[in-house]
Amino acid sequence: MAEKRIGRRTIEFASPPAVAGFASVVCKKEGEGPLSGTFDIISSDPLFGEKTWEKAESRMQKTAFMKALEKAALSRTGIDVIFGGDLLNQCIGTGFSVREFGVPFMGLYGACSTMAEGLISAAMAIDGGFAVNAAAITSSHFCTAERQYRFPLEYGGQRTPTAQWTATAAGAVILSEKPGRAVLTKAAIGRIVDLEIRDANNMGAAMAPAAYDTLSALFEDTGTCPSDYDLIITGDLATVGTRILRDMFKADGVDITSHHDDCGMMLFDGTQDVHAGASGCGCSAAVLCGYILRSLEERLLKKVIFAGTGALLSPTSMQQGESIPGICHAVCIEAR
Amino acid sequence: MKMTAKEYAKFAKDRAPSSKTAKNMLKAFVIGGGICAAGQGIMELWKVVAGLDMEAAASMTSITMIFIGALLTAIGVYDKLAKHAGAGTIVPITGFANAIVSPAMEFRAEGLVMGMSAKMFVIAGPVLVFGISASIIYGLILLIFRGGV
Repeated sequence: MAEKRIGRRTIEFASPPAVAGFASVVCKKEGEGPLSGTFDIISSDPLFGEKTWEKAESRMQKTAFMKALEKAALSRTGIDVIFGGDLLNQCIGTGFSVREFGVPFMGLYGACSTMAEGLISAAMAIDGGFAVNAAAITSSHFCTAERQYRFPLEYGGQRTPTAQWTATAAGAVILSEKPGRAVLTKAAIGRIVDLEIRDANNMGAAMAPAAYDTLSALFEDTGTCPSDYDLIITGDLATVGTRILRDMFKADGVDITSHHDDCGMMLFDGTQDVHAGASGCGCSAAVLCGYILRSLEERLLKKVIFAGTGALLSPTSMQQGESIPGICHAVCIEAR
Repeated sequence: MKMTAKEYAKFAKDRAPSSKTAKNMLKAFVIGGGICAAGQGIMELWKVVAGLDMEAAASMTSITMIFIGALLTAIGVYDKLAKHAGAGTIVPITGFANAIVSPAMEFRAEGLVMGMSAKMFVIAGPVLVFGISASIIYGLILLIFRGGV
């Protein structure tokens, strides 16, 4: 009786939920990147006026949500449910960001794929008739991620060329059952793909097979090919993962290169010393809530696959010698 | 395409940039060597200016270098130097100071006791454990074979 499923893995929304509002908040370094003009707020203060990095991340995420509400001309009470998460243990970035809102909240952990996971959850809630308006929010902060996953900020260490830089960024999307200029038509929920990459400094290689898996399923289920889309945007495989993903498709005789880009490669440019590129929940969220949704609203892009990728590792799992499980959730967003 | 983990390891490795080993080693040698040369200079100063003997001058040099390492960490310079130097800034005693001071600064937000004090040894802890263990073993060997002399 699952009439909204097509093929093996894909969901097709019967009444495609529309984007009612969206907002992105980033910090100085992200604001100096190539997408500078697409963000709503660029903060010069990495602490966002708070005393700790964790509080700063929550403040940034909250600011993004408030801005998205403002753009959607809605009040907090108009939101039926928020789906959100971040990189911090027990998702405290989000828990503390939403605690004053009084809005029903479901916490997610999808590492850097959280925005895509949130979008799919929110869209299913609306299309299922469980919500009129639902939000997807997420964030990451370089300074909170470093102290949790790696070393103290002032510790003198070196990064490898395959390492990625956690973006200090947040994004919020409000979906609605009411019509809008961009709608979510289809989605594919990712499954965990783990080809036994054990290097926490090479997350692109850990996530690329998951992106290949989900995108292949979406193409197969919908009977489409990469050229049917204006842009297939993964986030965030960065340079190493992107090269792997494109070559995996090439081995199947499918060329995605001319239709593909990656949030991890778009957020910073080559001079910003971020090695393989950007990462973190906020990276794909800020690219979505900036460049992608703006381009869809202005009809510069008409049909986009937004494929959030996550590396589901923890410092504990790495120390115990586990490999890195990768995941990729994909959403098809179309201009109306 | 389907790949085994072993095939994928090669596939991924072929597509990842490798570290610039020669350049990194040269930078580590120059900066690490520079720190050691500075240490030697400081020791000479302690001997000539303060008139200390060799042993006292060596101790004062370690203390001075640790102070400099801690100071450069606190003002946010040491990590920028280490980005280029790698082992050149980790191996000298200034690196030890950095490994203690950086977590102490970082975890201050979690309080003086459970934050700063507890986390101070999170990176340098193993150095202390193995350093102290090795010195105990060495001491025992000396005691057994030389009667403690």
